[in-house]
Amino acid sequence: MMDSVGTVLLAMLAGSLRVSTPFLFVSLGECLTEKSGRINLGNEGVLVLGAMVAYATSYETGSPWAGVLAAAVAGLLLGALHGGVCSLARVNDVAMGIAIMLAGTGIAFFFGKPYVQPSATLLPGIPVGFWSDNAQVRNALLVCPLFLLGIAAAVALHWCFNATRVGLRIRIVGDSQDAALALGLPIDRTRLLATAFGSALAGIGGAFLSLYYPGSWNEGLSSGQGLMAVALVVFSRWNPINCIYASLLFGAAGALGPSLQTVGITWGYYLFYAAPYIVTLVVLILTARGGRSLRGMPGQLSIGR
Amino acid sequence: MNTLIAATDRWYPLRRSAEAVLAPLVALIGAAVLFSIFLLFLDASPLDFLDLVWRGAFGSSFSLQNTVQRAAPLLLTALCVAIPGQLGLVIIGGEAAVVLGGLAATVAALPLINTSPIVVWAAMAVAGSAMGAFWIGISGWLKAKLNVNETIASLVLAYVGLALFNHFVEGLLRDPASLNKPSTYGIGDDNMLGTVPWFDVHPGLPVGIVACVLCWVLIYRTSVGFACRVTGGNIRAAQLQGLPVTKLILLACAIGGGCAGLAGAIQVAAEYGRANASLNAGFGYTGILIAFLARFNPLAIIPMAILLGGLGAAGGLLQRRMGLPDATIQVLQGLIFVSILASDTLYGRFRWFQPGATT
Repeated sequence: MMDSVGTVLLAMLAGSLRVSTPFLFVSLGECLTEKSGRINLGNEGVLVLGAMVAYATSYETGSPWAGVLAAAVAGLLLGALHGGVCSLARVNDVAMGIAIMLAGTGIAFFFGKPYVQPSATLLPGIPVGFWSDNAQVRNALLVCPLFLLGIAAAVALHWCFNATRVGLRIRIVGDSQDAALALGLPIDRTRLLATAFGSALAGIGGAFLSLYYPGSWNEGLSSGQGLMAVALVVFSRWNPINCIYASLLFGAAGALGPSLQTVGITWGYYLFYAAPYIVTLVVLILTARGGRSLRGMPGQLSIGR
Repeated sequence: MNTLIAATDRWYPLRRSAEAVLAPLVALIGAAVLFSIFLLFLDASPLDFLDLVWRGAFGSSFSLQNTVQRAAPLLLTALCVAIPGQLGLVIIGGEAAVVLGGLAATVAALPLINTSPIVVWAAMAVAGSAMGAFWIGISGWLKAKLNVNETIASLVLAYVGLALFNHFVEGLLRDPASLNKPSTYGIGDDNMLGTVPWFDVHPGLPVGIVACVLCWVLIYRTSVGFACRVTGGNIRAAQLQGLPVTKLILLACAIGGGCAGLAGAIQVAAEYGRANASLNAGFGYTGILIAFLARFNPLAIIPMAILLGGLGAAGGLLQRRMGLPDATIQVLQGLIFVSILASDTLYGRFRWFQPGATT
């Protein structure tokens, strides 16, 4: 009994380390965008486009890191489109995000068709579990370098929001348009850049999907990680450090079903898959009561008004 | 001042309607131009493309039938966005209402398959719409009672709904004979919906059109609809006037969800005969696009759904004749969506459309 509990926990840890990276990048990107007072539901499209561009670039150049960079640039451009159109008066950023999602996945499927078959060079894993002679543990602790990069990005973003001039300006623009106007801050430009760089992060999340795990390119690659970004950011209360925990938790919850399957429990495979979504809903309900009581929520966010 | 001028400016309502027609038209043309440039970069002819889309979507009775067949569920899923949209809510979880509606309709039909088809269809319609209404109603209830953002809630609930659907279709309700594509037990060939007399289409299209017309009457010709529009315009003002905002939100979400659930039930009864992954074909997401194209006007949904259905129907022909991948249509849809939303900024930009501009 204890043995199978151990197996499940180890499998969940492994699964969580393995699948949390895209969650981490899209939530960090979304966090940056939302801090500036705009919401981006288009990260799903950015994620899929990033995955395609990364895979194609890695295949053409032989360098997976060039792929990661290309994915970030693709995300930057798509995010700039979103940010640019949303700067126009009366354009609904929620609906625009859905449009970007559609356009991004469309472009990715269109240009990605020739890359479904060939196999590109993938990113190497870092063997953090070298100390153990248990093959399962070593396998579980084979960490993708992008995961470490994501954690570094979270810490950097946290520091940026709390200790730098740029971060403070983003927060002012996101929290109070009047204050930003009074200070003469460039509101539209700040939001445009925050959306573009946020999408660049989401693009890197896509590169993880195609270049590390599952490590291939096809049209069913993303299972909605990009769409979940919005929920993840609510869950982590607009705090980049919390995004790390939230991503690990979502990864672990997603790994619950398959982990139970390894010890022979097959009932409710799909229900366990829904676990992170139900947790998000509970968090939404607990934190949303009574007006703008969500601590840390940027005041100008359209979903909060 | 403005109201004074408006009172004497007899042509203002006409010019306002012209603005509402012209802005999306400009956006559609803009999207077409952008897409033509895209095609020219790929050495494909935009004129050939247009010709093939026309032939693939509306050119023959076969393609026309394909088009309206595809448009039928989209009419109903677009209402799932447009009706709550009248209250200023953005509901994007219609996909789950479709799949759960289809599942509930199948479950309701299974014990009745040996009675008459009329009973089966009635049970399926009621069960499907009730399930859809319940599912989108949850988002409405969370919004109205607990002030949870309806966009995120409906999105999250869409995933929960899909997981529930998979759980039942691949578990409890699975027909062991369905090996490659897990499905529920079938409702039987005798209980499938036939085609409408004279037209070679299943009843999904007339049902969808009737639903759009009824919703239009509800929104623009009844006091309940007026209350909805007031709430959508300014929720504080509606509350101050004593309008039952909570009830209106619940009602709009239930009607919208009911439509999407009905779409699922009709897809099962007319096309698949059983609930399986075919239901999860993006009807809900295309519905969002159509509702925004129609600016939430239920009557405008009809041409927009047929346009989008036609684009989908032309996909196969484009693939065969021009060698373009099937994602081409998705690129075009994305461009149209982006450009339509960007055209919202045109409203009120031009003096000529404003009250008193010509006096």
